[in-house]
Amino acid sequence: MSYKTDLPVMLPVKPRALEPFKSLKKRHILLIAFLTIVGPSLVFAQTGEFEKSPLAILLDWTPLLLSGFLFNLVISFGAMALGTLVGGLLGLGQVSLFAPTRASSWLVTQFFRNAPWLVLLFFAMFLLPFELNIFGFKLPLPDWFKAILGLSLPVMANVSEIVRGAVRSLPSGQWEAAESLAYTRRQTLWLIILPQCVKRMLPPWMNLYSILTMATVLASIVGVSEVMTLTGRALAAEGGRTDLLAPFYGLVLVLFFIYCYPIARFTVWLEHKFSVIN
Amino acid sequence: MDFIFEWFRTLYSETGVNLPFIYDEYDRKRMAEGLLTTIWLSLICLFFSVIIGVIGAWLQGSSLKWTRRIVNGYIQLFRNTPPLVQLYFFYFAIGTLLPRVENDWGGTSPMLGSFAWAAISLSFFAGAFNVEIFRSGIEAVPKSTVEAAEALGFSRLQIYRDITLPLAFRVVIPAMNNNLVNLVKTTTLAYAIAVPEMLYEANQIWSDNVNVTEMMIFLLLAYFVLVGVLVAGMNKWERAMKIPGFG
Repeated sequence: MSYKTDLPVMLPVKPRALEPFKSLKKRHILLIAFLTIVGPSLVFAQTGEFEKSPLAILLDWTPLLLSGFLFNLVISFGAMALGTLVGGLLGLGQVSLFAPTRASSWLVTQFFRNAPWLVLLFFAMFLLPFELNIFGFKLPLPDWFKAILGLSLPVMANVSEIVRGAVRSLPSGQWEAAESLAYTRRQTLWLIILPQCVKRMLPPWMNLYSILTMATVLASIVGVSEVMTLTGRALAAEGGRTDLLAPFYGLVLVLFFIYCYPIARFTVWLEHKFSVIN
Repeated sequence: MDFIFEWFRTLYSETGVNLPFIYDEYDRKRMAEGLLTTIWLSLICLFFSVIIGVIGAWLQGSSLKWTRRIVNGYIQLFRNTPPLVQLYFFYFAIGTLLPRVENDWGGTSPMLGSFAWAAISLSFFAGAFNVEIFRSGIEAVPKSTVEAAEALGFSRLQIYRDITLPLAFRVVIPAMNNNLVNLVKTTTLAYAIAVPEMLYEANQIWSDNVNVTEMMIFLLLAYFVLVGVLVAGMNKWERAMKIPGFG
């Protein structure tokens, strides 16, 4: 039983989207880069034990590391595309009227959503064969492709939840109005419900993309030559100098920050934009 | 117990389903230690990430511009970079900068081991999310409540500790729940710096016994159970802490 009062105990809780600095300029990012990469290099440069400064070595390796980072992005695009495709179907399965479809989609979603990403990646890496035999054709499954498959599993489960949440968040009047206009269920879903959902799904979907991009470095643990693996190899090739560790790992941090931060800002902007219209 | 172990040994010889972490004493010990390490690491990180969240949310309400900026910078940096790279950065880059200490057998070893670095790094990672979560809770406390406390002569710290935080805590539990579940799943990353947690031990076992499939399925189920226990516990806590008449 609730009493009406003009003195609220608590206001409604609004989940906070991450709110990037409005005023972060390029020079600030340069400053961060300077502090993480150049700073530690300079500290060590004072000792003068080695003939080449850490910064010069880092510059030599930067093109290779950037190509590794591009590979990370390729993995993230692939996993996102695949995960969205399958996850969208799974999400629609979760709002199906047919109970067994609904239950099995729910189970699959919950299972893959609650498993750690790294374990799922191991799952795909070790349990898939290295080549597929389809009608006599040998289709090789390279490591990076298996990484895409492995990472798309959690993406799929999360997209499924996003779709279900968006469909459920629409007022039931939409369904009833469509029904009264004699739309079939499929027509209602495709022409009325889903177009309205896209707007609601976009911000969490982009958030998920950002999380996925950051998860692509996990592929280094299972031996895909992406930026983290290349960093490790570059460090080994330079003879395991301890003064190189901070600049190299700092560069990887900065690379991901430069890529993911604008996405986070764009997501917040989208949320603001869409919340006004609603 | 021996009867059960023997049953699993027979299961292996009859069907080929190899579960050495049940019937083999050595593997059983390894797996149990891995499980305990995962639970211990999760608990430490849960505790410290909540502490970081509470303190960070307080600092974010500070009237000093630079305090707010630094907290914001911390949040953005940790939210927009991969946790694995953070872990490597802490363990390799900062870990090697720290002085080495003499260990029991006369050699030198790093001041902090891999477990400590995993705990620090993951706490900071989850803490960054917790700060924002707590802030949303603090914003849900009506201004009139804070003003009433001010009128009664509470200091800023007292208001936060005795009035805002207890109220905020109750409403942020669902959001915090999500984040803490994520944290438990992220502890698998500690595998990368050789912390002997569950994934690491499972890897050791499947390397010895070549039973990747069984170990994988066991791992997935084990994390499913761990997360389930955490969620059940948090839900129970949420019900116990519920504000009467709200929500």
